[in-house]
Amino acid sequence: MLTKRIIPCLDVRDREVVKGIQFQNLRLAGDPVELAQAYYEQGADELVLLDISASKESRSTMKSLVEKVADVIFIPFTVGGGIRSVKEIRELLRSGADKVSINSSAVKNPSLIRDAAEQYGSQCIVVAIDVLQTPNGWRVATLGGTKVTELDAVEWAEQAEELGAGELLVTSMGADGKKNGFDLPLYGAISERVNIPVIA
Amino acid sequence: MIGIVNYGAGNIRSVANALRKVGADSVYVDTPAQLNNCSRLVLPGVGSFGAMLDFIDGNGFRDPILNWIADERPFLGICLGYQALFERSEESPKSTGLGVFKGEVVRFLQGKVPQIGWNLVVPDEVSIIPRGYYYFVNSYYPIVRSEVLTSTTTYHSNFVSAVEYKNILATQFHPEKSGKIGLELLRRWVRAD
Repeated sequence: MLTKRIIPCLDVRDREVVKGIQFQNLRLAGDPVELAQAYYEQGADELVLLDISASKESRSTMKSLVEKVADVIFIPFTVGGGIRSVKEIRELLRSGADKVSINSSAVKNPSLIRDAAEQYGSQCIVVAIDVLQTPNGWRVATLGGTKVTELDAVEWAEQAEELGAGELLVTSMGADGKKNGFDLPLYGAISERVNIPVIA
Repeated sequence: MIGIVNYGAGNIRSVANALRKVGADSVYVDTPAQLNNCSRLVLPGVGSFGAMLDFIDGNGFRDPILNWIADERPFLGICLGYQALFERSEESPKSTGLGVFKGEVVRFLQGKVPQIGWNLVVPDEVSIIPRGYYYFVNSYYPIVRSEVLTSTTTYHSNFVSAVEYKNILATQFHPEKSGKIGLELLRRWVRAD
């Protein structure tokens, strides 16, 4: 049966890794390609590269970074961060990414999911969902978690699946970085309503 | 020179990168004429059975591939490139597969679909495939009705995750995405007679 996947996520700003999961004995290097290769050598099952750069100039930097990473690792790798169009998706897939992750753009424009899935296949499309627990329940947050919407997280997850997402990458904002474990009720709630993999 | 059929979808760059890593040069094959320069052929594929067969027929690849196989030249099919070798698929009922092997491609009925992740491949004793975990991303798998060497994987129930027959190696999983064990399989295939 399928193993559970361990998927390091590298946040990249202007070609520097600013944050990563800390394995024992692994020194955090600034260079994303080196770090990607190190995680691959250490046995990571997959890799996620998130572009958290503010500027639009970072687009072409990201493309060349994707090419370099694709040259040195032989596990699936997903790229995300500010992806807004099918054209950007095409460029990133052509540069060597196996999947793309879309977040705020999908909330703003849900048909992006369907259009991209139709062209490239659902297996290439990961919908990332940042979730905040509010007094009214779990709500979807966008723009790096700065904007809380009225959208119910579980319903959005179902909708994303219907539109063609192949996987969901769900981050519980309250639990993130606290090292107290995952928000199990949230993942349980989503996992039982969708038939696609949910990545914590 | 290894030819990789440029299907237009999926990540053939990964296949080329992985082959390079194991010391083999490759070219993308856009037209059947380019097959003349190749000594080994890879048919990768991601997407749908129907779209792949449309590409094969639309670009005149069907007979050249069948001839390649009939001449017993080295052939590696990956994912859809594995499924395409069978007769038909539930995914695209109007399409006709290459029919190299008897059997039909069917959809997983249990569990989350597609299967995405690392699963155990248990090969036959004399297989070229190292036993271990490989990366799968598939919703369909073939029911194999030909007498061929098979490898088995369990996803809620057992299915044939790879076949070998004479010059053909075809896998449901992605060796180019399966880390070191995938590279080892490619290394063996590249060096096989």
